[in-house]
Amino acid sequence: MSRLRSTLRLVRVAWFFNLKSLTTSGLFIFTSVIEPVIFATLAYYLFKAGNRPGTLLYASLSAGLMGIWTSTLFGSGGSISFQRWQGVLEPTIASPPPYILVLFPATLASATIGLYSLTATLLWGRLVFGIPLHFVHFGAFVLAVLLSILALGALGLLIGSSFVLYRNANALSNMLEFPVWIVTGAIVPLALLPGWVHPISWVLAPTWGFRAVRAAAFGGNPWPSLGWTVLLAAVYLLIGQWFIRIFEVRARERATLSLV
Amino acid sequence: MNAFRVFTIGGLMSYRALFNWQSPTYYIPTMLAHPLFQILFFAYLGRFSGVRDDTFFVVGNAVQVCAMAAVYGVAMTIGGERWTQTLAPLLATPASRLALFLGRAVPHIVGGFVVSAFGFTMGRLLLDFHPPASSILPLALVVLVSTASCTGFGLVIGAIGLRLRDVFTFSNPAYFLMLLLCGVNVPLSALPDWLAAIGRCLPLTHGIAAARAVARGVPLADVAGLLWTEAGIGACYFASAYVLLRVFEAEGRRRASLELV
Repeated sequence: MSRLRSTLRLVRVAWFFNLKSLTTSGLFIFTSVIEPVIFATLAYYLFKAGNRPGTLLYASLSAGLMGIWTSTLFGSGGSISFQRWQGVLEPTIASPPPYILVLFPATLASATIGLYSLTATLLWGRLVFGIPLHFVHFGAFVLAVLLSILALGALGLLIGSSFVLYRNANALSNMLEFPVWIVTGAIVPLALLPGWVHPISWVLAPTWGFRAVRAAAFGGNPWPSLGWTVLLAAVYLLIGQWFIRIFEVRARERATLSLV
Repeated sequence: MNAFRVFTIGGLMSYRALFNWQSPTYYIPTMLAHPLFQILFFAYLGRFSGVRDDTFFVVGNAVQVCAMAAVYGVAMTIGGERWTQTLAPLLATPASRLALFLGRAVPHIVGGFVVSAFGFTMGRLLLDFHPPASSILPLALVVLVSTASCTGFGLVIGAIGLRLRDVFTFSNPAYFLMLLLCGVNVPLSALPDWLAAIGRCLPLTHGIAAARAVARGVPLADVAGLLWTEAGIGACYFASAYVLLRVFEAEGRRRASLELV
């Protein structure tokens, strides 16, 4: 019982520490707010030009969700890179707690910063374009956003774990922003994508998280999607734990932990 | 003669000093995969919005992705001097500043052109984009002019990097604002007049319009006006960058801020 309590305490403290640390980064916050707002504006004018006025809240919401993924991706990628540059990756891995309990709170904090993105795009849409913020199931909407953040944090862990082994792996974070937006149907419905993409989207928790958020916001049943989101997040955590154990051993063998 | 050496050898060495970019494990995801997925994303977003066809989005984005090198690359070249603590010694040399910074910008024109060419090729292979064969050479010329113009803009961003500690604070929004304002994905006619006016003052806007016309089979002579405008805008950005670099260099010396990271 005390072990569970100390684990939860470590996760909470590490999450809060990373959250505070990321919040002091002007660049990170600026990017988390400005980039989604630009995308929201772009989508707004694009949908307006295409005579899709009913999709304006959809545009704001989608741009916010895309921003959460961007924050997760760059935060997760950056987390291990920063630890390398600052020379704390080795001592952190050598410390008694399993490394997953250090990395997961960091990726979760990155995803949490994505709340800035969602808030910014919704407020931007309301204040600048006069888009009414009407959510059909507000309580379910809030829950869906929080669980999506949890799922994205778990996905960030899965991706970030490879960064332990490969110092250039953060280049992946430059590459994965658009593909995940495409495959999870963040803004473009999956029905428009080729059929072979669908199975990939089904195994990505954000697909279900975004689907739940939209169902809660626009009407529909968000609960099955929320169930899939939580289930997949749990699977990611299990796989992530396994990956980290393997990558950690290999990185120790190859003495690559301190390479920058 | 010395200025020519600073321009060519200095520029080349500076490009080679972007060590990560020499590695395929970094170059492929950043400079090829990211632009490819950007093109695919906006092509599908375009299909969903029903605004224009694939050609509109492929051409717009394939030209704009040159900014990966022209904006990020140039900004990182100058920002990198600060991170590696070579900025102060560099600016302590009597070398011609024009040769120094132009030399650092030119390799990125080539790099940006390669990225754009890759974008067009993938657009042709993966999407509904079928330009006539006769348009390929004129298209290459349009992309080259646009990339050069965008590099001037990148130098302006890099110059701001002399003033700020982190060039990415400006280069990230600059890259994404281009997606909105330069007619890359949203026709200028769909933007409010004041946003469209800003877009017309940015690089790539006229180049993209010219590229779209050329990809439809319009002769190069008919888009000469657009091309000259693009080149003129690029020249203005190069001139502005030179002035800003000199101003911020002087200010950096006065405030002793050139070595801050």
